Amino acid sequence: MKVPDVIRHAASDLMAEYGLLIDEDRLEDWVELFAEDCDYKVVTRENVEQGLPNILIWCDNKDMLRDRIASYRDVNEYNLHWDRHIIGLPRFCGEAAGVWTLEASYSLFQTDLEGASRLFSAGRYRIEFRMDGEAARIKTATVIADTGLIPTLLASPI
Amino acid sequence: MSIEVSWERDDYSRVPYRLYHDPQVYAEEMARIFRGPTWNYLCLEAEIANPGDFRTVWIGDTPVVVSRATAAAGSAIHAFVNRCSHRGAQIVRKTHGNAQEHVCIYHRWCYRTDGELIGIPFRRGLKGEGGMPRDFDMAGASPRRLKVANVSGMLFGTFSDQSEPIEDYLGEFGMGMVRRFFHKPITILGYSRQLIRGNWKLYAENLRDTYHASLLHEFFVTYGVDRATQKGGVKMDARHRHNMNHAYTATDTQEDAKAAYAGTAGVKLDRMRLRDTKLLQHTPEFADRMNLAGPTFFPNCIIIQINHSMGTRQIRPKGVDGVEIFQTLFGFADDTPEMTRHRLLSANLVGPAGFVSMEDGEAIEIIQKSTLNEPEAANIIEMGGRGPITDLDHRVTETPVRGFWSYWAELMGVEAPGGVR
Ligand code: FES
Ligand SMILES: [Fe+2]
Repeated sequence: MKVPDVIRHAASDLMAEYGLLIDEDRLEDWVELFAEDCDYKVVTRENVEQGLPNILIWCDNKDMLRDRIASYRDVNEYNLHWDRHIIGLPRFCGEAAGVWTLEASYSLFQTDLEGASRLFSAGRYRIEFRMDGEAARIKTATVIADTGLIPTLLASPI
Repeated sequence: MSIEVSWERDDYSRVPYRLYHDPQVYAEEMARIFRGPTWNYLCLEAEIANPGDFRTVWIGDTPVVVSRATAAAGSAIHAFVNRCSHRGAQIVRKTHGNAQEHVCIYHRWCYRTDGELIGIPFRRGLKGEGGMPRDFDMAGASPRRLKVANVSGMLFGTFSDQSEPIEDYLGEFGMGMVRRFFHKPITILGYSRQLIRGNWKLYAENLRDTYHASLLHEFFVTYGVDRATQKGGVKMDARHRHNMNHAYTATDTQEDAKAAYAGTAGVKLDRMRLRDTKLLQHTPEFADRMNLAGPTFFPNCIIIQINHSMGTRQIRPKGVDGVEIFQTLFGFADDTPEMTRHRLLSANLVGPAGFVSMEDGEAIEIIQKSTLNEPEAANIIEMGGRGPITDLDHRVTETPVRGFWSYWAELMGVEAPGGVR
């Protein structure tokens, strides 16, 4: 579809930031990529294909997303690891009332503190964003994980 | 084949680490426990509501098809081993679906929806040549079937004809809890799966260890979902193989809790507040007013309620050092759209990414990792006391873990001399 260059560039910057901020463990900065009225969800392809609504993570506004990150930082215990996102080229799906929709594949590797890496999750993002000045802000981010069999546990965001 | 265990204590308060690592122990467990005289949770009736519906599950390491027969085959619920009688191929390859019959792809042997072998291509040969011997007994060659019991829509299966009736197996307490959860029609909200690199018994023990709940799962305490100071306790069946951790909404005060957890390293009681608290909103919806209930049935199942999220979990051993937790989240058929939304938001609490459950995956893996080197060393299970195994009206206990081991030992034929039951 025809997408203005400025939107394409903003979207590409957004996705680059999205992956690297998580990988650099700058989760508080990652949250700032989202609008206040955002919706962040991790679901699995197994459920989506059956039309089932179950979620692994669901934050239906930015405060819930902040709570998730605060809990990750201070409350939850999890496997100690580094994340590494490889995000594919975005496919633009449409625009309505200034909200653009894109989809992109991802693979997420986790590496433990002794340096052993494993493929943790593969899947796709479906992201709705709108422009906020020069930058794109996420309205909804839905992670549809092909990897429904979660290795160990899911703590840091995808 | 049999195994030997030299128990240091007859009350199972010492369990040697070998039992989590020995492949021979694992093989024996699959035969004596999962294919033995136990009732295993299969799936929910609501998942196979229509004639021809099926789901594939795992009982121990055995692949099983749970199937509602087509009308022509009687519409009853059956469970059979998902392995072609011919050369052992998986008959049904999907996780779920609807079928008029099941056909193995390799040589197209055909099975009725109740598991009966009904068709063999070229059985009589072609033009008088080839084919199966005349006396081949087709009916006798059908895959092994499980006996199925339906308790209020929760399906259990057993491989053994030595098993007690399901009512006796689950006992009054177990039957009562199943009826509590499934007292009206349910809807399936979806599934989650998790693969933990640890022995399945570490997960079974985790479900019986109420001691860890409010310590490892700090979210419980920090945000007041569940604290050991709430009214609650552990119940077991007469044989102490099943158990239930439970607690009642709002039965302690912040002051009780503060005093109790004071000085516990790592527990940050009330240090933080959620910005959005709707996740924790709970209005008791069961007559018993419990906000936390987790009846756990030997060997492969728990029904779990945390506030408004409800689910079943099937424990699927995957070799001696792996276990899949397969969770089915459900609500009630008469839930309003708002309630369904709330149940889904509450699902943030449970599952592989659950605020109050994710830690278990890590706890199990770090045990599996660090116990491999010294098989005859043993853990310590004395919280809540030694000796006899009894119900408790508090939750500072690991006694149900000893209950698990005592029944495990009985089934495995390795009870400690004079061991407690
Ligand atoms: S293995 Fe199934 S038909 Fe041959
Ligand atoms: Fe736990």
